[in-house]
Amino acid sequence: MTPSYNFAFLDEDTKRMLRRALLKAVAIPGYQVPFGSREMPLPYGWGTGGIQVTAALLGRDDILKVIDQGADDTTNAVNIRRFFARVAGVETTEHTVDASLIQTRHRIPETPLREDQILVFQVPEPEPLRTLEPREAETRTLHALADYGLMHVKLYEDIAQYGHIATSYDYPVLVDDRFLTSPSPIPKFDNPKLDRSPALMLFGAGREKRLYAIPPYTKVESLAFDDHPFEIQRWEHRCELCGSAESYLDEVIVDDRGSRMFVCSDTDFCGDRRAEAQA
Amino acid sequence: MSALLQVRGLSRHYGQRIGCEDVSFDLHPGELLCVVGESGSGKSTLLSTVAAQLAPSAGTVRYRQRDGEWLELGTLSEADRRRLAREEWGFVTQNPRDGLRLNVSAGANVAERLMALGMRNYSQLRGIARSWLERVEIDAARIDDAPTSFSGGMQQRLQIARTLVTQPRLVFMDEPTAGLDVSVQARILDLLRGLVNELGLAAVMVTHDLAVARLLAARTIVMQGGRVVETGLTDQILDDPQHPYTQLLVSSVLTT
Ligand SMILES: [Zn+2]
Repeated sequence: MTPSYNFAFLDEDTKRMLRRALLKAVAIPGYQVPFGSREMPLPYGWGTGGIQVTAALLGRDDILKVIDQGADDTTNAVNIRRFFARVAGVETTEHTVDASLIQTRHRIPETPLREDQILVFQVPEPEPLRTLEPREAETRTLHALADYGLMHVKLYEDIAQYGHIATSYDYPVLVDDRFLTSPSPIPKFDNPKLDRSPALMLFGAGREKRLYAIPPYTKVESLAFDDHPFEIQRWEHRCELCGSAESYLDEVIVDDRGSRMFVCSDTDFCGDRRAEAQA
Repeated sequence: MSALLQVRGLSRHYGQRIGCEDVSFDLHPGELLCVVGESGSGKSTLLSTVAAQLAPSAGTVRYRQRDGEWLELGTLSEADRRRLAREEWGFVTQNPRDGLRLNVSAGANVAERLMALGMRNYSQLRGIARSWLERVEIDAARIDDAPTSFSGGMQQRLQIARTLVTQPRLVFMDEPTAGLDVSVQARILDLLRGLVNELGLAAVMVTHDLAVARLLAARTIVMQGGRVVETGLTDQILDDPQHPYTQLLVSSVLTT
């Protein structure tokens, strides 16, 4: 642990400010709470929002897991994990079941989460209406009045253009029958895991200076039309490493002749299944 | 029949300057009222104030809701004002680009208000959007085209479809044909006349053109310098204008 930093890098006043914002976020599920985002020793786009949330939550006994696109070994995940190992000295893990705190970009682990776990999402754009309504004051009013017809305009456009709801990442959800919310750029495959999750879900957007939360066991509904219901991605393949038919698959190129195969995006989940199969 | 809208002593000032001053009128269900005046006459200020987009400096506007309840618009919360605008009113702006959502398709523009009211069946939304495009004489095959690919007249007809699709009880129109070619204007006025009759719309329309009033409105208010100078049946005003300013307007209509 580098001694020139306070525990988990941020000073205690900043952490208290973040915790107050997080408590408010938990009290109003899906509501975007402004916070005074701090400069972090990582550029925006590297998850500075998520890192600040993690820093405010970490205790000395926490066991931290960091994933990016489901994998623990990507540059982004490795950097963030190393950062916290250095500035907080906490134990880290790649195993979902062993982690008390998981910071993620772009996925929710396949292994079901528990009540004693917290998932922290890195969020680039917290406002689901932004592409349709650039004016901040107006989106704030739309949230205040729960006036969300506009979101269906986007889904309508999807179907008109592609014949189905083509939005496959960052698929908009209604939290607790009240706030329209961005689930962050996770695949819509993961949306059902948000619904009534036993684990607390926290979202941090550093550049936009917003936090929000989905508390445990909160209803989370993916928007849709009656005649175009919400559907998750499906594959004709199983994972070619572990044989899973239930997980989110990535298509990867495996040699220089361009051969492809489908494998679990969640590397920990896939590894566990293979270990079990051998045992 | 009971009025839909009651405007009493309505004034709107901008500092010392008068926007509109002491305006009173009633609007009945199914009635189209034209407010005629030149630019600077206060007609657009009046429209915005009646539609609760501007707060009045004095006077009241009362609106009778669908459920028969009278609402005092000056006391409405922002949420109630938006609910009225969404569920019971429509607004057609002079420049269609201000009233349309330009980054989504024509069909989405028409369907948006229906979705805002909670309609969640895509096929039904498409069907209604198609039929409304046809009603405003836009080829339904263009349902997925961007409004930016439409001519000015088509954009205005699209805005009319987008506004009327929810069958509002009261529509505010701000010079909906100004800025368009004369032949395009005539087509839109014809279309509006048909729709107003068919839907039994109540509307307040602002125009600088008495000829528009003659075509559409049974009753007309003439404004000058923020005040009403003459009000009455449109035919009477055209046949026998009382106020010198109205006489001037009428003579200019008759010579064109
Ligand atoms: Zn696998």
